[in-house]
Amino acid sequence: MQDLSVGTAWLHSFLTDYIPEWAAVTLECLLIGVGLMLLYAVLALFYILFERKVCAYFQCRLGPNRVGPWGLMQSIADMFKILIKELISLNHIDKFLFALAPYLVIIASMLAFAVLPWGNGLQIIDFNVGIFFLLAVSSIGVLGILLAGWSSNNKFTLIGALRSGAQMVSYELSMGLCVVTMVVMAGTMSVGGIVEAQNHLWFIFSGHIPAIIAFVIFMIAGTAETNRGPFDLPEAESELTAGYHTEYSGIHFGFFYLAEYLNLFIVSGVAALLFFGGWMPLHIPGLDAFNHVMDYIPSFVWFIGKAIALSFIIIWFKWTFPRLRIDQLLTLEWKYLLPINLFNLVLMVIVVTFGLYL
Amino acid sequence: MSNIREKISTLLPEAVIEDGDIMQVTVPDAKWHDFAKSLRNDADLSFDFLVTIVGMDWKENGMGCVYYLTSTKFNTHLAVKVMATGDRERPLIHSIFDLWAIATIYEREVYDFFGIIFINNPDMRRLFLNLDWKGYPLRKDYDEDPSINPVSIENERQTDFTDVWIETADGKIEKHERRIFQPEDFVVNIGPQHPATHGVLRFRTAIDGETIKKIDIYLGYIHRGVEKIYEKLTYPQTLHFMDRLDYFSAHPYHHCLCMLIEEAAGIEISRRAQVIRVLMDELSRIASHCLFIGTYCMDLGATTMLFYTLRVREQILDIMEKTCGARMTFNYDCIGGVMQDLHPDFVKDVHALLDVLPANIKEYNKIFTGNVIARNRMENVGVLTREDAISWAVTGPNGRGSGWACDVRKCAPYSIYSELDFEEVVREEGDSMARFKVRMDEMVQSARIIAQLVDNIPEGDYCVKVPKVLKLPVGHWFKMVEGCRGTFGIYLESDGTTNPYRLKIAPPCLPAAAVVDHITDGQKIADLITIGGSLDYIVPDIDR
Repeated sequence: MQDLSVGTAWLHSFLTDYIPEWAAVTLECLLIGVGLMLLYAVLALFYILFERKVCAYFQCRLGPNRVGPWGLMQSIADMFKILIKELISLNHIDKFLFALAPYLVIIASMLAFAVLPWGNGLQIIDFNVGIFFLLAVSSIGVLGILLAGWSSNNKFTLIGALRSGAQMVSYELSMGLCVVTMVVMAGTMSVGGIVEAQNHLWFIFSGHIPAIIAFVIFMIAGTAETNRGPFDLPEAESELTAGYHTEYSGIHFGFFYLAEYLNLFIVSGVAALLFFGGWMPLHIPGLDAFNHVMDYIPSFVWFIGKAIALSFIIIWFKWTFPRLRIDQLLTLEWKYLLPINLFNLVLMVIVVTFGLYL
Repeated sequence: MSNIREKISTLLPEAVIEDGDIMQVTVPDAKWHDFAKSLRNDADLSFDFLVTIVGMDWKENGMGCVYYLTSTKFNTHLAVKVMATGDRERPLIHSIFDLWAIATIYEREVYDFFGIIFINNPDMRRLFLNLDWKGYPLRKDYDEDPSINPVSIENERQTDFTDVWIETADGKIEKHERRIFQPEDFVVNIGPQHPATHGVLRFRTAIDGETIKKIDIYLGYIHRGVEKIYEKLTYPQTLHFMDRLDYFSAHPYHHCLCMLIEEAAGIEISRRAQVIRVLMDELSRIASHCLFIGTYCMDLGATTMLFYTLRVREQILDIMEKTCGARMTFNYDCIGGVMQDLHPDFVKDVHALLDVLPANIKEYNKIFTGNVIARNRMENVGVLTREDAISWAVTGPNGRGSGWACDVRKCAPYSIYSELDFEEVVREEGDSMARFKVRMDEMVQSARIIAQLVDNIPEGDYCVKVPKVLKLPVGHWFKMVEGCRGTFGIYLESDGTTNPYRLKIAPPCLPAAAVVDHITDGQKIADLITIGGSLDYIVPDIDR
């Protein structure tokens, strides 16, 4: 298994040979920042095209196929379109909060990027409460949505924002409990530690029943957390026009749009981390030859591949199911998912305490 | 018929009874409300379904209304003519809103077009025209000068108030002002530009959190005044406006007006033309229900279903295009038959459609009907009882979803429907799911009708000869057909010239939209979309 931290360590020593330590670190941070933003943009473009193609095939259509081969350049053309669109300024709104809201949403999802296990040694920060940090920053997003809805001074956006607040706060609970369940399994909150703990076998297999329950709940809660169908009530088109971002235009709207797709990636990435070993290749105990072959596939391919495969499932939900109603949505969380989750946590503790895992 | 006549003469000796295609009783306004009450509540009459109210201006003979009533129990029909009291400045008739719920809206329509004031009706705003519109357009002395009602470049004036005319105990008529919404209500505009209202329909919705308190339906954004236009057209020309009402049931609507004019002019059409007309009606019913299922599922968030249903609809439109030359606004039925003969591929194409339809319906049920989210969204949402459905005149698949067997093809068969073997789909639940399932099953029944006819299209003329200049005798006629969305009626009054004196459309979608307020009370905002979608109204049909 190639350890990509060799490359980063080489870069660090190369830089410190010529410039002082503090300048090297600053330069590295800048490089990472730029790299992260580029990755962010490229992933968003890819996801937009991916979703459009997937939903087109579900709907017996071809999807974008005019710009570039198989419509590959469509997203890029759309990006340029959204960049040059006018930012319409409205009267009677809270201008500061209105402008702030999209940045809050996008900052939340960008920060979450920092702790994802991109590959072996390709993690930006790996500290002992990494997964906790991820939960904390991803909940800043709801603040942006609430502000967007409130500051627009529009009844539709307000209803959308309130729905969103209720929904995200509720489903954060389920997500948190799923994460806690898996942290019990891993015995650490460090992202790198969780990946290492799955060297032997992915948690979805080794944790068997409680891990599968946690996975199913995590996917449901994750879909709700990203405001995607069938839980897309905050922006339910047929009810609230476009929900909290009705009044936004140009790149401000683009930020919400980007954040939605990137949150999809983050949720799938976290699911890949917790249940499918992050960047860890598929290892089956006892099959050493097989494990060795699997190690030849680069670790970042494993991670991104897993995340995209899980995103496909979430996209599949969206294009199949009708939307829930707000009261049904909250009933699902508080009356079903939460009790099951608490029970599952106890079950996981029993499994771990008595060593019943594989 | 004769016992209704006896009963009415005993109830109201001064009533003038006149025979026609439908028996018509003339009643003075002073006795009208009490008489209406006995028509509705008397066990031997029980005229519980108010089909339409036709406002009329007979110039020097005064103004008045013709009420078309039907008894759902005995399947009998009755027309009641009431002359307005007072002068042309302020004609008055007593309201019957307390007997038939739908009368509230119908009376507003008459007020809008004729200026007839309905005493005691709690809401006497205009229904379609602007608040500031001058004059009443369907009066015969209406001044059409465009400078009187110029196209406004200002925002339309809005008001939360309505005038009501209340009769006091001593018989005096007093004008009062009434509020529609209270000052503390949080009113959200849903529409006129909204993805789920299926056209430019506007609901002013007072909400409390996510719960709906009251809905005020605001119409007229696509009002084109077709009833006024008809009065200037010759009879063959009137046909070409029928497909602009409910553009998904252009064929049944054309069929209705053609039958009405043919009956009035005494024209007998060939059997081939009749079979072709029925085939087209049923094909458009399937196409219309396909679109309903698709858009309804999309309203509920299941976007993918739209494409699956549109696949079948496209196939039907291809069939229509070959024969009728159009995909949307068909002008195929004409007086005396149909415009041109069937395309040579017609039979083959229809068989291809009938082959794929059952598999498609099975697929729709698999992907959507049994889905737990869909069932939670639709079951017990927007329950309309049978009594309410009749009182609000909600016909068609909506009425049948509430257990009211109101299919005109069965209860008053026209054309060749009486010879055909099909079932009327009726469900008892009355919720959104029932309305959805009724349409799903009606597609199967329509396919059955088509299968019976398509191999037995008789030879003969597709159109008989009719005089170039068509004049109808003096008189009035009323005809109903089953459109894709319910009972569609046309009232025609002729003064013996080449154009109609009055042609009144009784659309099925107006009651469907009017009943929304009643059945969304206390439900959630998301349910408004479910309910509105399940009622499947078409706005051009409401606004005309």
